[in-house]
Amino acid sequence: MHTTPLRAPARPARLRRVGTVAAISAALALSLSACGSTSDTGSDTGSDAAPASADTTALGVSDPWVKSADSGMTAAFGTLTNDGDQDVVVTGVTSEASPTMELHETVAGDGGAMQMQEKQGGFTVPAGGELELTPGGNHLMLMDVSQPLRPGEEVTFTLDLEGGGTQEFSAVVKDFSGADEKYAPGHGS
Amino acid sequence: MTAPGWSRRSVLRNGALVTAGVGVGTGAGLAGAHLSRPSGPGSDVERLHGGLVEPFHGQRQAGVETPPQAHLSLVGLDLRDGAGAQELALLLGLLGDDAARLSAGEPALADTEPELATVPSRLTVTFGLGPRAAAWAGATLEPLPDFPGDRLDPAWGQTDLVVQVCAEDPLTLAHTRRVLLKDAAAYTTTRWVQDGYRRARGSEAVGATMRNVMGQVDGTVNVRERADLEPLVWDGPLGAHSTTMVVRRIRADMAGWDKVDRAGKELAVGRRLADGAPLTGGSEKTEPDFEAEDDLGFPVIDAASHIRRARSDDPTERFLRRAYNYTVPDTGQPLGEDSGLVFIAYAADAQRQFVPVQQRLADLDRLNAWVTTIGSAVYVVLPGTPTSGAPVVRGLTT
Repeated sequence: MHTTPLRAPARPARLRRVGTVAAISAALALSLSACGSTSDTGSDTGSDAAPASADTTALGVSDPWVKSADSGMTAAFGTLTNDGDQDVVVTGVTSEASPTMELHETVAGDGGAMQMQEKQGGFTVPAGGELELTPGGNHLMLMDVSQPLRPGEEVTFTLDLEGGGTQEFSAVVKDFSGADEKYAPGHGS
Repeated sequence: MTAPGWSRRSVLRNGALVTAGVGVGTGAGLAGAHLSRPSGPGSDVERLHGGLVEPFHGQRQAGVETPPQAHLSLVGLDLRDGAGAQELALLLGLLGDDAARLSAGEPALADTEPELATVPSRLTVTFGLGPRAAAWAGATLEPLPDFPGDRLDPAWGQTDLVVQVCAEDPLTLAHTRRVLLKDAAAYTTTRWVQDGYRRARGSEAVGATMRNVMGQVDGTVNVRERADLEPLVWDGPLGAHSTTMVVRRIRADMAGWDKVDRAGKELAVGRRLADGAPLTGGSEKTEPDFEAEDDLGFPVIDAASHIRRARSDDPTERFLRRAYNYTVPDTGQPLGEDSGLVFIAYAADAQRQFVPVQQRLADLDRLNAWVTTIGSAVYVVLPGTPTSGAPVVRGLTT
């Protein structure tokens, strides 16, 4: 399975606002163990995947969520926060939910309509600041969802950071009718 | 994240204030003394209460003991075909998260109208499960029996879930309901929405017994004291912090009621219309004297009056009433509207506490000539969520 809907997700050290949904998932994991809980990733803190660099511990993700999808493309959103005194650059993202993912920005296309394209150079989260990932703006693009992402389930993502670190977070799936910007593959890459 | 217009501090300060006030029924301290004084721009006379917060988190869900807000939206949801315990758990996770954020005056996750979330106005969202879903949680919940005189319409009938949304502000209420319905749509369909209202906040003292659309002071006899609430309301089918919720949609025949003179109206109920005092005298809270007789030897309070028939000799046959008026357009009615009462009651055991009282009223109550129950349902109210998270259902089985 590629999602971890009914077990406690690995929690990044500074993940601030996923607590609500994560808590019930954790509670239900105890009672719904027969419903296909996945094997443990071996991570209790979410910070074990990366070398302990200052950048890794400074990066957090608040209010993450993923637009539900049965297949094909969808996107993940939230706010990347940086409590450190150096900029953090996110260079890539991976998830078991989609074999291919990209970092996207949304820009005005030739005809004026908004369209998405891969973000050159990754996402820079400024020192002491934050970067919002929103529908109509920057986002994490799942290029090929292989199994349906159902509302209320949790999906785990791993951000690749410049310098070699990673940061893992878990996002809840929500129905959302927006965020349908046209994708322009090849632009910006 | 940051709620525009309300700093986190002010929300929390107001929240603490209302929490402290709950026990003594003072709410935000509204007082009639301000009524005759002018208010206007820059005046502090008209106090704003949009920032007041009812805490979502607690051993028990908000919206049961919570002093009633001005507005109700009660939503009855049915699980879609194929949706089982697992989908119910996912659903409660989503809706619980929405409720926690919105109750605190923060936008829901992926909120498309975040500006509408910044005025919580004592918002509460309360979740309950109907008999079918309750069984998945390990609770036995008997459906209510059919009572004589009921004219039940399945359109207002038993559903798998109920979500009671209450707030002082109707726009906050509408936004919250829409957020919840959007997140519920993947797993449920909406059977009914029952909107209800009381006096607008600030119109009269907090804690005043409401009046219903028939003009009666409605709800004088209620469970209020801590010592009564504990055994009568709590320790329901899902443990010490659960309860049961009875929903009855009661249509009032206002055209027929119009034809009755005041004496006849007061006889039917057993209370004075002016102040709700029993016909045997005193004030609203005075105990009725069912033994008193008039000059001709007839009981002052008729033996078939509503308050006489509602009174049980068994002190455990009581429950917490939290009703709202309703008025909806209905072109099938003479004046184009249908009005009545969304009767909501909480009891540890609806079968033991509510059913005997309702059975007695169904058998004989002068008021029955003008009121008809058209919808009926019962739910188990889930325990609350002490810290963070959605209402937790343990032991869900498919």
